[in-house]
Amino acid sequence: METAPQFFRHGPGPLARLVFFALLSLLLMAIDTRFKYLPEIRQTIAVAIYPLQRLAHLPTAIYDQVSGLFVSRNLVDEIAYLRQQHLADQGQLQRLLALEAENMQLRNLLEAGQRAESETTMAEILYIPHDPFSRKAILDKGSQAGIQPGQVVVDDVGVVGQITRVYPWLSEVTLITDKDHSVPVQLVRSGLRSMVSGTGEDGTLELRYLAANADIQDGDLLVTSGIDGIYPPGLPVALVSKIESNTAYAFARITCTPAAGVNRNRQVLILSPLPPVPERPVEPVEAKPEDKNRGKVGIR
Amino acid sequence: MAFVNSSQQEVLSHVRSRFIVLSLTAALLLNLLPLQGVALLLRPDFVALVVLYWSINQPQRAGMNMAFTMGLLMDVGDASIFGQHALAYSVMAFVALLLHRRLRIFSLRKQAPQIGLLLLSAQLVMLLTGLLASASLPGWDFFLASISGALLWPLLPALMKIPQRRKPDSDAL
Repeated sequence: METAPQFFRHGPGPLARLVFFALLSLLLMAIDTRFKYLPEIRQTIAVAIYPLQRLAHLPTAIYDQVSGLFVSRNLVDEIAYLRQQHLADQGQLQRLLALEAENMQLRNLLEAGQRAESETTMAEILYIPHDPFSRKAILDKGSQAGIQPGQVVVDDVGVVGQITRVYPWLSEVTLITDKDHSVPVQLVRSGLRSMVSGTGEDGTLELRYLAANADIQDGDLLVTSGIDGIYPPGLPVALVSKIESNTAYAFARITCTPAAGVNRNRQVLILSPLPPVPERPVEPVEAKPEDKNRGKVGIR
Repeated sequence: MAFVNSSQQEVLSHVRSRFIVLSLTAALLLNLLPLQGVALLLRPDFVALVVLYWSINQPQRAGMNMAFTMGLLMDVGDASIFGQHALAYSVMAFVALLLHRRLRIFSLRKQAPQIGLLLLSAQLVMLLTGLLASASLPGWDFFLASISGALLWPLLPALMKIPQRRKPDSDAL
């Protein structure tokens, strides 16, 4: 089908262009998915569209500011509530401090390694991309704020995800519900260790390859086990919501609901990376065997 | 008079390149708005709509180069596979360039379903590439964006023609 008379045409025809662009984009996609290697172009484009991303966030920021002016009515209640909460938290914190000191002494006695403390950076979710194939969110802190790929993102209740790509002023966090994301977890009640994986749907996680007779119940809390060297131990990840054990299959189908979510609040915390796991000693005495390719554990 | 498009009766001035760039920037901005839940599902792909508009109404100037570039920008903005949107927009712009004269015969309201199909073609390309990369089908609500885009189409030209309208000549009688 002709689109224009021959003498009006500039350059190659549309079909030739289509073939060229299709091949070019297929090449880009192949490079991006197979080799995970195309950072320079992505970085450049990211810097180019950064002002737009900021501008798009502006209405929300203004709304926050303006609504901040009109909440003074509820402020008295809120202060009272927060004071109460603060007192309760303070009490718990004092117990925690005592426990921490005791824990440290015991660990010293046992000559075990210290638990790592982690610093946090506060970040805000700029927007959530409309991409049905992955679950991601864009945060407003990037490599300029010292963020690195692999860092863990949490909110006030639990694990949100892991930073997977960093731009100068922004970063992408892959949520734990992403189909290609897994978190090593431990059941609080029974101490059972496993991996919880995303399903690609909002609000659903899956515990795969657990035997049908595994000790697991509805409402069990899953926390990070910390054996991966990426996630600090003890962060809540999910609650078991549904168990279907069919004796015809070797494994039970266990569905979980994530504890945290990006739909509730816009502020999240980025935890600093844990100290690197020590190299495996020549004569293994006490050190646990750890995964060598650190930084790739959470993401398959 | 059904086949006479109202836009062909108006005398419009030349479209400035600056305005094309501005409209594309605005569309990109709208695509990056922090929406959640149903609003995010219903949000039409504004960039695709504007690319379609210029491919149909200014086929000599806007074409697949523009579609491809905007696709790359959307790929970074949407954190998707690099080249996914670019391929989808290129295919969509190609079909639009083939059909632009036929489309312009119809009134805006009759164009809308056909625009919906064009948007759907872009989404199908994205679906295919997404399935090649990973293997999970998104829900049917993935296609809601095409429908909302088609519904929005009749309103788009009114906005896009604002700078093209000639100012009334003050010296005219």
